[in-house]
Amino acid sequence: MIYILTHYWSELIQGLGYTLLSSIIALIFSTIIGTMFAIFEVLPNRAMRIIGRIYIEIFRNIPLLVIAMFFYVIIPMYVAKIDGFTAGTIGLTIYTSSFIAETVRAGIQSVDNGQMEGARANGMTYWQAMRFIVLPQAFKIVIPPLGNQFINLVKNSSVLAFVAGFDLMYQGNSIASLSLDTINSYMVVGVFYLIITLPLSYYMRHLEKRLA
Amino acid sequence: MKKLNRFLGVLGMVGLLAVVLTACGSRKSLSQQDVLANDKASKTITWGVKADTKLFGLMDVKDNTIKGFDADIATALTKKILGKDGKAKFVQVTSQTRIPLLKNGNIDAIIATMTITPEREKQVDFSDSYFDAGQSLLVKNNSKIKSVKDLNKTGTKVIGVTGANSVANIKKFAPKAQVLELSDYAQAMTALKSGQGVALTTDNGILYGMASQNPGYKVVGGAFTKEPYGIAINKGQGAFKKSVNQALKEIEADGTYNRILKKWFGNVAGFNYKEASR
Repeated sequence: MIYILTHYWSELIQGLGYTLLSSIIALIFSTIIGTMFAIFEVLPNRAMRIIGRIYIEIFRNIPLLVIAMFFYVIIPMYVAKIDGFTAGTIGLTIYTSSFIAETVRAGIQSVDNGQMEGARANGMTYWQAMRFIVLPQAFKIVIPPLGNQFINLVKNSSVLAFVAGFDLMYQGNSIASLSLDTINSYMVVGVFYLIITLPLSYYMRHLEKRLA
Repeated sequence: MKKLNRFLGVLGMVGLLAVVLTACGSRKSLSQQDVLANDKASKTITWGVKADTKLFGLMDVKDNTIKGFDADIATALTKKILGKDGKAKFVQVTSQTRIPLLKNGNIDAIIATMTITPEREKQVDFSDSYFDAGQSLLVKNNSKIKSVKDLNKTGTKVIGVTGANSVANIKKFAPKAQVLELSDYAQAMTALKSGQGVALTTDNGILYGMASQNPGYKVVGGAFTKEPYGIAINKGQGAFKKSVNQALKEIEADGTYNRILKKWFGNVAGFNYKEASR
């Protein structure tokens, strides 16, 4: 393990950087998009609910690899030149956002109806009530499952390896084939993933304690 | 205090994990037995072959068998080593999985477009070369790229396959180019088609197969390296290696080799059949 670490240090650090960058971008945008579609799903407007439903059901039920390959192969052919990193990150964002949407929707629906009614009765608009009364309570409830989604997101970023996105897994494959030491190469990669996911997992637990 | 205890607990867990994992890593490989004796007893040799490489080893989805030059050579060698009723069993490998599969004993030998290199010879033994390939480039018909020199520019993206020798070579011949490593040849070809890179590089034998399958693409640049393919066998299997080399000589002498070569490469445009025949 030490040999792999010292010999391929720069590749590993580069991989760690790309994995982190992709994870952070995907985390931010999938939370925003996911919350948006969660709200779509609970709106009184039927058309919006259907749009939300379709988006979630499509991207939740297709393997991430297929979505990433779609953006890597089809989009550059017909729309715009995007590289593997961009394609993988877009795929990861969309895929995760559909899961986050379902999680947040569950949170919104678990907030008592009286909260929304009370806020409306006090003169707030629907959006104000949603933004200031319902969503804050909903997020507090869904922190544990949301933490799960975030950890899954970091691990799922390994999909970048299949579209040449230079992430940890890509470097791991490359190091394994260069050094011909498969076991140790992937073990080092596993440890590097732990470096990202363990603090994330602890932070989510900390948030849960502080807000509960 | 409570916090410190928890911290120590986590540290202990990580430590334990590291110990367990290192223990896995240092285990001896399973293939310490005599492969030749085992194969003679079971009348079967298990070969690792490619399943994504046209002309050498390609999975025929209609009847689920792997067909190609490597597969036919392996069958011919099996018949020579084990006699007429010997069976060749094929296990699908990629450039990346072939050495681990050989080392843990899942396969007896690798015959999968594998170049004999000094680094690999530290890990496995090779038979005599059974095919002389050379690295080349596959580009679009209207591409401006004529040779490997045209790739040596900053920002040029070249597509290769993870674990293939050709990736290391291109870093040598065109150090300024960026290499994108994909997991197999089908994916690499798809990436080339979608414009993720300007050229796909690997051994010419494989590229000819791709060009024949994909009109609109051609092989350019000639062979800029020598890539002799060998059959990889685990270290310490001297008897098996000897019988493979012996069988290889026999099929070269009795014309079986040339017949198989002609079957797969006879009609490939640009392939010099005379030079490759033995």
